[in-house]
Amino acid sequence: MSPDREIPLLTGRHISKRFGTFTANDDINFDIHAGEIHALLGENGAGKSTFVKLVYGLLSPDEGQFLWHGAPVEIRSPQAARDMGIGMVFQHFSLFDVLSVAENIQLALPAGISLSEVKERVITVSAEYGMTLSPDARVGDLSVGEQQRVEILRCLLQNPSLLILDEPTSVLTPQEADQLFAVLRRLRDDGCAILFISHKLDEIKALTSKATILRAGKKVTTCDSASTSAKELAELMVGAALDNSMRTPPVLHKGADSLFCVAQVSRPAATAFATALQDISLSVMSGEILGIAGIAGNGQTELMEVLSGEAIGDVTAGKIELDGVSVAGLGPDMRRQKGMRCVPEERNGHGAIINMSLSENALLTASHEPDNVSASGLVSWVKCHALSRKIIGSYDVRTPHHDPLAGSLSGGNLQKFMIGREMMSRPRLLIVAQPTWGVDIGAAQAIRAAMRRLLEDGTAIIIISQDLEELLVMSHRICVLNQGQLSEPLPAQDVTAESIGLMMGGITNSVSERAV
Amino acid sequence: MMRLTPRPYVSPHQLLLVPVLSVLLSIILGGLIFAALGYNALDALYQFFVAPLSRPDQIGNLFVKACPLIIIGTGLVFCYRANIWNIGAEGQLIFGALGAGWVALYLPESWHFMMLPLMILGGMIAGASLAAVPAFLKTRFQTNEILVSLMLTYVAGLVIDWLVRGPWRDPMSFGFPLTPYYPDAALIGKLSLPVVGKLGQLHWGILIALCVSGLGWFILSRTLAGFKVRVAGDAPRAARFAGFSPNIVTFSVLLVSGALAGLAGMVEVSANMGQLQPQISFGYGFTAIIVAFLARLNPAAVILAALIVALSELGGDSAQIAMGIPKVVTGVFKGILLFMLLAGETITRYELSFDLRMTGGKMSRGDADV
Repeated sequence: MSPDREIPLLTGRHISKRFGTFTANDDINFDIHAGEIHALLGENGAGKSTFVKLVYGLLSPDEGQFLWHGAPVEIRSPQAARDMGIGMVFQHFSLFDVLSVAENIQLALPAGISLSEVKERVITVSAEYGMTLSPDARVGDLSVGEQQRVEILRCLLQNPSLLILDEPTSVLTPQEADQLFAVLRRLRDDGCAILFISHKLDEIKALTSKATILRAGKKVTTCDSASTSAKELAELMVGAALDNSMRTPPVLHKGADSLFCVAQVSRPAATAFATALQDISLSVMSGEILGIAGIAGNGQTELMEVLSGEAIGDVTAGKIELDGVSVAGLGPDMRRQKGMRCVPEERNGHGAIINMSLSENALLTASHEPDNVSASGLVSWVKCHALSRKIIGSYDVRTPHHDPLAGSLSGGNLQKFMIGREMMSRPRLLIVAQPTWGVDIGAAQAIRAAMRRLLEDGTAIIIISQDLEELLVMSHRICVLNQGQLSEPLPAQDVTAESIGLMMGGITNSVSERAV
Repeated sequence: MMRLTPRPYVSPHQLLLVPVLSVLLSIILGGLIFAALGYNALDALYQFFVAPLSRPDQIGNLFVKACPLIIIGTGLVFCYRANIWNIGAEGQLIFGALGAGWVALYLPESWHFMMLPLMILGGMIAGASLAAVPAFLKTRFQTNEILVSLMLTYVAGLVIDWLVRGPWRDPMSFGFPLTPYYPDAALIGKLSLPVVGKLGQLHWGILIALCVSGLGWFILSRTLAGFKVRVAGDAPRAARFAGFSPNIVTFSVLLVSGALAGLAGMVEVSANMGQLQPQISFGYGFTAIIVAFLARLNPAAVILAALIVALSELGGDSAQIAMGIPKVVTGVFKGILLFMLLAGETITRYELSFDLRMTGGKMSRGDADV
């Protein structure tokens, strides 16, 4: 393998990076060897993304030096990094929405490779790695999970000697993650070094040999990830002992009737790459959490739009009832007034407007409140600001100043703001997609705890997520969305990550028939 | 690839200094062009910037020129904020003049006490009805509002031509394509200011323009309707999520901008001409597009932007008259001035970076993840 006496592939010496008065990376020393899978661990804002951006040439360090094969280098640009043999899969994708999968990949390859050649390679490599992708699909029509596959594939086609993956498994099923790990291990055995960022500690233990832990911009330690327990890793990361009681599933609210009920709802696919919903039926009781598992691209976005009311015109059949009264004909604002609140998966430009202040974002889903908007249509920005301050205070949103643009918040903080905004109104039904995606462990626990508090008031909650661990911990019943069809719900204690994962991958199916 | 990323912080000094620098730069560049063409550069610049402001009556005329630009520009700000590209304000202005003209020419004498309010109403309805065409076609059939609104401008130009040469022509006009003069009740009078008295051709319409701009600012920043317009333009998906109907926003902004362009047409004819003729606008509907962008799509800033554009127009006229500088050369200078102002404004607010790499786009936009 790679003994320490060898010269490391990449070394960082006293790397520091500051943004104004904020120190994102503070005197970090780091080694990675060829043929090593190295984890980079840390909470949101710990400085992981900054560090890998420095390695990939997107930022340049204020102090310190990188060594490549022992020789000092300056990584001026991502192009320079790629020329050296560094590839990166980003957490936030860098794909052109209007181009096809193959065209996006062609752009990253050296000039002179024909599109048909690229398509062939996409098909062979994606099959080899078990990632189904149509080379002709438009990236804009793909789900988040599928877009990530394009990113991974694009890097693999460039045969890198150091591959950086920023939370690559957050949208994969356990089986898919295992397939990815097999690929990564093969790359490792071929001598490729892999820098792997993840929040999932069991993955880090299963896959990596070393882990470097960052906290508040500083390196805490580099440890042997196999011999360090997951709990120890987590504590090193957050700097405090974890509260294990958060992991116990909540108690079911007894004796409640079905509050929200969807029966045989169908919605045809809007574009060639959208998923049609077929005969969706679900119900959720007051005080209950229903988890909907499934891999991105199996109809999650479409289902969310049906539930929120954004797609009222497109629903061709079925019933949607709250308290036995149909809400199928109501738009999102009317459903909101009836106590149905939604948090969509996409923050930028869907659940939040990144170019507008938090006050304005608070008004986005509170414009029917007479406090904020008078009967004559005048907005009270003072009240909206107070509302946003209240959300910020109640849900521990960290903001740079008193009323910043939504886009200046980190992803995790914006997520807390969006969920807090909907919880603030004490909803009767809360529908959340990916509640803790890209959120650090501390914030994720806060979000989960807040959702459980809502249950005590009799709120019904639907969580649409790909994070199985979260669904298993949070939900009372779990069903699986696969190719636009929803399975019968199973009690959470009867399912394992393995069995649900297989259903998500469409391998076994308790649903009636599989769509062809 | 070039890209613009918003700067996190812009100091007030920069906001004040950059326009001054932009004007200085265009003066230097313009001076060089004038000198290269054999004109006295200093004289030419004097004609451009000082002559139109040198006498009180000329200052009044500057406001007369700015008046329609302010009214139309405010309406266009609404459209462009909502990401609806109404390019046909010129045609809506003409229709507004026709609507108001119909009232002026055919309203029975007993109703003359209501003349101006009815003309305003007629002008706004006519302008809005022309803008309703692209609104309907866009919401119903997803047509491109740029093409539809622009082409309707030519239709409007032909309609007014036909009316003033045909059915509405004054029989006493000796064959000229003109309608009869409006009755006195249909004219907007000159404005007499407290101390200085009358200022050139300055008329009451300027007060309408200032009110429109102020009201526009209020609606956009203080009302739910204005908020819906901004959300629909900035994040259409978020607007749907909030439950703001995109079709209603599209209709509203097109009707508002059409009505305001129509109002500008009514004011223009009633204050300056007193009768309809084939040419009633000097491209105000198109110039107002520049005004709207120069104002950074802020209705309150439209006043200042309209004055700057009006100054460059009048300065160009004065340089042509006093020095015989060809229209194309003054046009080039006007272009340089506006370009410098817009470019200066853009690079103050955004950072320009060049890169050849693939990564970009979504990376830099949102998350300040570190």
